[in-house]
Amino acid sequence: MPEQGTFRVKKGLAEMLKGGVIMDVTTPEQAVIAEKAGAVAVMALERVPADIRAAGGVARMADPSIIVEIMDAVTIPVMAKARIGHFVEAQILEALGVDYIDESEVLTPADEMYHINKHAFTVPFVCGARNLGEALRRIGEGAAMIRTKGEPGTGNVVEAVRHMRMVMDEIRQVTNTPEEELMTLSKNLGAPYELVLEVKRLGRLPVVNFAAGGIATPADAALMMQLGCDGIFVGSGIFKSNNPEARARAIVRATTHYNDAQVLAEVSRDLGEAMPGLEISTIRKEERMQDRGW
Amino acid sequence: MKIGILALQGDVREHAWAIQNTGNEAVEVKKASQLEGLAGLIVPGGESTTIGKLMEEYGFFSAIKEKAEEGLGIYGTCAGLILLAKEIAGSTQPRLGLMDIVAQRNAYGRQRESFETDLEIPVLGEEPFRSVFIRAPYIEAVGPEVQVLATYDNKIVFARQGRFLASAFHPEETEDLRVHRYFIRILKREV
Repeated sequence: MPEQGTFRVKKGLAEMLKGGVIMDVTTPEQAVIAEKAGAVAVMALERVPADIRAAGGVARMADPSIIVEIMDAVTIPVMAKARIGHFVEAQILEALGVDYIDESEVLTPADEMYHINKHAFTVPFVCGARNLGEALRRIGEGAAMIRTKGEPGTGNVVEAVRHMRMVMDEIRQVTNTPEEELMTLSKNLGAPYELVLEVKRLGRLPVVNFAAGGIATPADAALMMQLGCDGIFVGSGIFKSNNPEARARAIVRATTHYNDAQVLAEVSRDLGEAMPGLEISTIRKEERMQDRGW
Repeated sequence: MKIGILALQGDVREHAWAIQNTGNEAVEVKKASQLEGLAGLIVPGGESTTIGKLMEEYGFFSAIKEKAEEGLGIYGTCAGLILLAKEIAGSTQPRLGLMDIVAQRNAYGRQRESFETDLEIPVLGEEPFRSVFIRAPYIEAVGPEVQVLATYDNKIVFARQGRFLASAFHPEETEDLRVHRYFIRILKREV
């Protein structure tokens, strides 16, 4: 008998996306540009994070008609965002047939205590994390893919670097910790013990880990890949730049050849202006998206 | 034996793990020059549109076809099956076209419809093979030189043509090495 929605099937799709770039798009036309540039998937949104940040107010799941139009426009997988804890938005996205749900801090959280029980769904989820404990809590809730949170909509990669380094550092710590000390370490990380054991056995997260939040250039993408992530999300970085086609293509090539400075030098040329960036210290504490989620 | 895994995009790590566990050497291939000295090549699962574009741009199509004529064996999983197909239903996307098969992309639907199941695969022995299908294609039709190795729900999901092998499912997503071992036996001309 065929079994759908098993954890293996859920994390399997993320594994197929490795070494690739997932791009935020708000129209079918943008989705086609992304697919032509070589994106492995698109994230269907009503507004990119930079515009959400600028608009303020409450950010919610996109209008289903936008998501469906984007699904009809491309053959690559389509992801969409639900608010943290908003399991009904997630039910709607599953009913629409999106391929992955991002329970995302870019939208305004719907629950200040609890994330969605992602085991209850057939469709897989990706969640943001700043450190190993947060990543393993999300996986414990059923996430089949992790990404750094970074600071979305800023075009500033510094927070994504911080989060990726933190996760890799804590993985090394788990790998080097003797088994009898792992329960205490789990407690300190706020992570499920069984998953900490799994990290020790594998020497990495049990699911794919992408970089997200502030990636704006091919060099940013390659930096994140060299720091150890499995692939790249680019939010505002592409369609807020002045030549989205060229930039999208360049970031795809930089992600594939992240270790080849010659290729990186070639693809980084003549891309026009990148998106305008934001210095993190100018963002008020309560407007930092990365602090959403627990 | 040295087996390359096309590492432009996709689940390269899982295939490398499987090849290493068969006692062979796995090499990541990012440039056409790295095809030198390989006994076999795996085109992994991933997005066939992405992998195809990058293959075209970095000169892989002509280089691989040349090596294939010299005897390079190739195994494609999922996206790899699509790239090996001579014909892709409703698509003009770039491909190797080395196998006389017609591939149907996303044939089972979206991720919601992805599944795993036990398959009877006679060439692998009696024990069924746990097969993971992720937004998988199937093979709609095959030419006379193609040997059908497995079907699911009356659709062809595993096929061989000489030294070329293609599966719609992902054996690298399980710990069962029998498909990879079968590919190695093809490379050694044992089957």
